[in-house]
Amino acid sequence: MSDNTGTSSHGTGPFIAAIDQGTTSSRCIVFDRDGRIVAVDQKEHEQIFPKPGWVEHNAAEIWTNVQEVVAGAIEKAGITRDDVKAIGITNQRETTLLWDKNTGEPVHNAIVWQDTRTDALTRELGRNVGADRWRRETGLPLSTYFAGPKARWLLDNVEGLRERAERGDILFGTMDTWTIWNLTGGTNGGAHVTDVTNASRTMLMNLHTMEWDERICESMGVPSVMLPEIRSSAEVYGNAKGGALDGVPVASALGDQQAALFGQCCFTEGDAKSTYGTGTFMLMNTAGKPVNSYNGLLTTVGYRIGDEPVVYALEGSIAVTGALVQWMRDQMGLIKTAPEIETLASSVEDNGGAYFVPAFSGLFAPHWAPDARGVIAGLTGYVTKAHIARAVLEATAWQTREISDAMTKDSGVELTTLKVDGGMTANNLLMQTLADVLDSPVVRPLVAETTALGAAYAAGLAVGFWPDTDALRANWRRAAEWTPQMESGIRDREYKNWLKAVERTKGWLEDDGS
Amino acid sequence: MAKNIQSLERAAAMLRLLAGGERRLGLSDIASSLGLAKGTAHGILRTLQAEGFVEQDALSGRYQLGAELLRLGNSYLDVHELRARALVWTDDLARSSGESVHLGVLHQGGVLVVHHVFRPDDSRQVLEVGAMQPLYSTALGKVLCAFDPVAHSDALEAERRPLTPHTVTLPERFEAELSAVREKGWASDVEETWQGVAAVAAPIRDRHGMAVGAIAATGATERICDPEGAGDRGDGGPGRIRTDLVAAVRDCARAVSRDIGNGRF
Repeated sequence: MSDNTGTSSHGTGPFIAAIDQGTTSSRCIVFDRDGRIVAVDQKEHEQIFPKPGWVEHNAAEIWTNVQEVVAGAIEKAGITRDDVKAIGITNQRETTLLWDKNTGEPVHNAIVWQDTRTDALTRELGRNVGADRWRRETGLPLSTYFAGPKARWLLDNVEGLRERAERGDILFGTMDTWTIWNLTGGTNGGAHVTDVTNASRTMLMNLHTMEWDERICESMGVPSVMLPEIRSSAEVYGNAKGGALDGVPVASALGDQQAALFGQCCFTEGDAKSTYGTGTFMLMNTAGKPVNSYNGLLTTVGYRIGDEPVVYALEGSIAVTGALVQWMRDQMGLIKTAPEIETLASSVEDNGGAYFVPAFSGLFAPHWAPDARGVIAGLTGYVTKAHIARAVLEATAWQTREISDAMTKDSGVELTTLKVDGGMTANNLLMQTLADVLDSPVVRPLVAETTALGAAYAAGLAVGFWPDTDALRANWRRAAEWTPQMESGIRDREYKNWLKAVERTKGWLEDDGS
Repeated sequence: MAKNIQSLERAAAMLRLLAGGERRLGLSDIASSLGLAKGTAHGILRTLQAEGFVEQDALSGRYQLGAELLRLGNSYLDVHELRARALVWTDDLARSSGESVHLGVLHQGGVLVVHHVFRPDDSRQVLEVGAMQPLYSTALGKVLCAFDPVAHSDALEAERRPLTPHTVTLPERFEAELSAVREKGWASDVEETWQGVAAVAAPIRDRHGMAVGAIAATGATERICDPEGAGDRGDGGPGRIRTDLVAAVRDCARAVSRDIGNGRF
């Protein structure tokens, strides 16, 4: 038993500062060489809902908040800019902004990833081919999430914008690009760059060449003159100009889910992480191969360190996980707080024959059934609210199993261990159930802030603060591990029942939204 | 059979009356329903009102059940809520101490482990959530016995079997140790439950000051104890518990207490 993590390392420099520009807030976290959190500062920004289905952010407010949290975290840590070796960036993915490069003023609020205003546009772009028109090049289906169609919407709907863009006066960026451009000087020579992970969520980048795809840009109606330069996830893009960290290198950018993959040290093919929040995002490292998905997953860039080869990932998301527990609390009133779901579920041995498929807005990967709606199947007079609570937790586990199966089918790689993070990892019964239905160990790392940690790690690699990914792996600490305990016969029977319940959700909507 | 206290019986009848059917009742309705003089009924109602069990509507002067009754029914703290609140603090304690961290609550005369963070090294460890530990010999258990009267009487009634040569089994010594724990605000277990293992624990208190659980850092004796100076164990032991570790455990327990609504820390 070694004692290499004593109290002595706390508070001694040097440090890395990670900026996490998220959907609801911006944060700055200062990490030390052991990957421990030294200080955190956070500020929420306004969610703007101009119309049903529309979600916007004020990018100027976000930039102000980013400057404040950076200054706040440095102050709380009691350090100066000389103690900080690099700045790393992670960000809400796909949120899209256009701004004037001469004034630095946004031409419109940023359009947030959840915003569905490009629904008609993406269907139109699919033409007779459908959603998979550019899947081979970009790894993505046409959907309202991605940045390219959002940029097109702005060019079509903000008066005079297309002309200004074609003249070269307008810059496009996701939130990484906006943050880096401002940090490195803005109108005073700011670097207009994005990283491969963020670029891979625009639908404009070719996954095989890591360059903007001219043909797609033209079909999408997005002038390539306004696009940022695509760089790796870990390299120095420029130095900060002004502010609390004046002169410090800005040295990484990663989309939030990719940053979590990096922070969880998923550096080897087959390593996977799953983040359990309101919804769930699972990513698996597929090494040098952009694996085509035939099971409804997304092919995306995992990360790229400097000049090293690109590392790809498969991504699957589940719309409703933590949200189902909140629904039990807020809509059904069966529990008073979210953690009580475990108390209720633990009061019985099993689900009593009940299965809950929360297809509240259809089913995502691997089913992609927008016409599906939620079902509780297998009800008898025997079933109590405790059985339903158990079915609620099992729903998250089985949906993870379905994504994991799809990843194995697409990549040919078996999941060895699942690394988990997010709020729902506090639920011990859920984590045990997950290990049971996946039939593989589930591990929780000691640092919960895997997203910010991933950005810090990438920035630290870029400036030589850490020598290589092996050094990062040595920092990784297991806080808990759940091992499978379910008999295979029971697992097979339960999976079959779950899939039967899933079938019963499909085809509920007869035509468009009725 | 001992005679019951009449005024408490009357108060209970009033609460039952206010809980059923029509929710708000005037003083004369209450007095006549229960066959009491108005003055008697008013005295009881005033006492109940002062305790928050009954409220009086300012406009109509009528009485209804008070918010304190609701709070009574809901005051039980869910252990999974406790774990969710403790998660970040216990992770931090494991990181800073380099030892494994447990969160325990009183359950059926023992300590139920509701949360466990592995010692942050590369060794294989097994999750101990759901395991039971003895109340009388562990640091977690001693904290609960010192600050929770129910745990105290559970431990006194139970057989205190020696688990190691250092287990405290005699009632007088056990009581003396609990007094010391109350005095200093934390407890230790130096090889009293497991050979070669030592632990230090501090209480988690809710907003009423009740000890609802305890947090412990546990590890090999040579790391938990400082070889310098006299031991914390009664027999002089293998050395004092490291003071930085005591401070870290108490800070963690205070942070969780604050998170569950105890503002005093």
